[in-house]
Amino acid sequence: MSALSSVLPPHCILFRREETQPYECDALTAYRQLPLVVAIPETEAQVVAVLKTCHDLKAPIVARGAGTGLSGGALPHPVGVSLSLAKFNRIIKVDAAARTAVVQCGVRNLAISEAAAPYGLYYAPDPSSQIACTIGGNVAENSGGIHCLKYGLTLHNVLRVRGYTVDGEPIEFGSEAPDCAGLDLLPLVVGSEGMLAVTMEVTVRLLARVALAKCVMASFATVEAAGAAVAAVIAAGIIPAALELMDKRMTAAAEEYVHAGYDLEAAAILLCESDGTVEEVEEEVQRAIDVLQAHGAVRIEISRDEKQRMKFWSGRKNAFPASGRMSPDYMCMDSTIPRKRLAEMLRSIEAMEAKYALRCVNVFHAGDGNLHPLILFDANDPDEFHRCELFGAEILEASISVGGTVTGEHGVGVEKLNSMCVQFSTAERAQMLAIKAAFDPAGLLNPGKVIPSLQRCAEYGKMHVHRGALRFPELPRF
Amino acid sequence: MDTYPPALQRLTDRVAAARSDNSALDIRGGGTKSFYANPPRGALLDIRELAGISSYEPTELVVTVLAGTPLAELEAALAERGQCLPFEPPRFAANGTVGGMVAAGLAGPARASVGPLRDFVLGASILGGSGEVLTFGGQVMKNVAGYDVARVIAGSWGVLGVLCEVSLKVLPIQPAFRTLCFELDEAAALSQLNRWAGKSVPLHASSWHRGQLYVRLAGASSVVNGVTLSGGREVSPQAAQVWWADIRDHRHTFFELTQVKLRAGDCLWRLAVPDTAPRISLPGEQFIEWGGGQRWWRSAASAIEVRAAATAVGGHATLVRTLDKSPGAFSPVSSVSMRIQERLKRSFDPEGVFNPGRLYPEL
Repeated sequence: MSALSSVLPPHCILFRREETQPYECDALTAYRQLPLVVAIPETEAQVVAVLKTCHDLKAPIVARGAGTGLSGGALPHPVGVSLSLAKFNRIIKVDAAARTAVVQCGVRNLAISEAAAPYGLYYAPDPSSQIACTIGGNVAENSGGIHCLKYGLTLHNVLRVRGYTVDGEPIEFGSEAPDCAGLDLLPLVVGSEGMLAVTMEVTVRLLARVALAKCVMASFATVEAAGAAVAAVIAAGIIPAALELMDKRMTAAAEEYVHAGYDLEAAAILLCESDGTVEEVEEEVQRAIDVLQAHGAVRIEISRDEKQRMKFWSGRKNAFPASGRMSPDYMCMDSTIPRKRLAEMLRSIEAMEAKYALRCVNVFHAGDGNLHPLILFDANDPDEFHRCELFGAEILEASISVGGTVTGEHGVGVEKLNSMCVQFSTAERAQMLAIKAAFDPAGLLNPGKVIPSLQRCAEYGKMHVHRGALRFPELPRF
Repeated sequence: MDTYPPALQRLTDRVAAARSDNSALDIRGGGTKSFYANPPRGALLDIRELAGISSYEPTELVVTVLAGTPLAELEAALAERGQCLPFEPPRFAANGTVGGMVAAGLAGPARASVGPLRDFVLGASILGGSGEVLTFGGQVMKNVAGYDVARVIAGSWGVLGVLCEVSLKVLPIQPAFRTLCFELDEAAALSQLNRWAGKSVPLHASSWHRGQLYVRLAGASSVVNGVTLSGGREVSPQAAQVWWADIRDHRHTFFELTQVKLRAGDCLWRLAVPDTAPRISLPGEQFIEWGGGQRWWRSAASAIEVRAAATAVGGHATLVRTLDKSPGAFSPVSSVSMRIQERLKRSFDPEGVFNPGRLYPEL
């Protein structure tokens, strides 16, 4: 505290409980921890000073942006400093000719597209939280969004990250040139959840706005049929701009929330978007409709205009807040599986609902095979919370067993540490811990996240057999 | 410990032996890129025994392939199902392997529109310094479980381990292509390319050399054939195919550096710079690709001069063909970055057996 007050003005340091409480969690509110202190620097020199101070004192540092993360990646450390980078919210440059923008880490995702709009450009990755989430947080999580099927994740749209190492040394990853010399560290830093370096400034790639976008809404009589139709669309060589699935309960909740005009009779609806030139869109929409109908779509509606298209998406984008109306709490899972296993996976999740006596609604990036089952529970009921955690873990392990991964875009954070023990071998996790140490030998940047300690996995392994299969699966594990 | 198939077990044994006597291994597939990067040293570790397509699911847009598989074999298998490696990997000779392709991380003309090879790597298995096969990433499109190690392997020139298997994202072959040729000087060509890129013109590839700008359009046939770019001459599909393949594989006459020219001090340099970087002025001749992002120079200028020119515009320069690689094939990186890269290298390869010096003397 006193060390920090020598490098930061008093208004940049929060330490009283009532001041630090807003920082006790990110959007995964089930995990909370008060930080020892919150530092809110206003200049880069202050960031460097905070880093150097913490480094000297061996104090953990947890960088955070808007706190919209869904895996507890920004959960404070009990004896650490939460480093809020919210004040770095300046768009430094939009270069229309180069189709790039240079922005500070605290700039909101949507603000980039807004700044680029006058030039007919936009920033493609669009996580649902895009009105609030920051580009620094997007870099930390390698965030996706509904349009990453066609346009890629954050990594594919970021050219360069400038920041600081744990000891306050300046460093750059990537380049505004097509590549950089030496090992390409950009893919390590993007998605590193604040474990390797502190991001200060990001150069993003901007794309030309498309002439037209149309959204096809298709209804299905079963969730399985919708899942199979997704695989069929991709198999037909169509890469839609977005391809999303919502099940009946989710559709009903979203409809009540935003009145998007969803088909409430359907067991599942697919939202399939095409974008591009007018000819391209007309051609692709027709091909998509043919495939969807051949695979059991019982009702098809095409957005008439931009207003209706936005309406179709409004429910999808508000799926999470809408779920909040269904249940006091929900936990959102994020595994990715091969598309051909979607139908089977959805059936398994249905069986798990009965097993754990909890409801689960499905809304997800179907085109990528990226599931977002929302498990509904009441956090005030400890038993429900515990069942919810087990339900979640079982979804993740089922995902691994069909060849998938425990997180597609939300990150590991603290939430999926145990699942990492299942997805990776001891040697693989040891290598990841060694990568962490290569950037941060003292282990001060966001310690305890992403890569579980070997000891933690050993303990978790007592309950589990490596890679999937549970030991004594019939036994309740409470 | 897992048991490995015999070909992999033999590689594992070779690695274990090299580690125990601290000797260097020169990891090699077809050897088609031996001239690129810094000269290899150490005992040859031929990975071509580790060959075959492990799984290919056209509907999932994913192929998993062993590193020693000939690139030509993979591309033929994909083409049979109407798919491709969209980044157009160069084939400097016929017998390149998938492992060499990933380790070198190079891409061809389409790179400017589809992104680097790295973006198509979904997962990789490497034989690391621990002597075990480690698998990172996977076979799905989105995956943020742990550090994205598979993508760091791309372009690492084998210094982190022996690449055993890789999962790649593949895409349908574009339905229509069209190539046009314009007479434009360098400055006009560069600004024209950047203007088009900001306007949804389906630019797929570009090249500029001696006053001629070639552009390739790709996409839905309605789009490609609907575009009007005034002043352009249509290039026949056959001629266009040869043109772009010759650039990709360095068969175009620009890339021909005879022994006579090499002995006279001529070198082939690759400058990677921002698309909008101003005109670079060096003695010699230039060939521009990737909308201005990749500028090849055949020049006798000193390494210091070439690297300074690249750095001045925010890029870097690779010394590709020369009789003397003593200035180092790659531009130096900052001391902070090099410190991290050295630690990374040691974490993967504590004994320093994998392709030492191929990237930098320190790695």
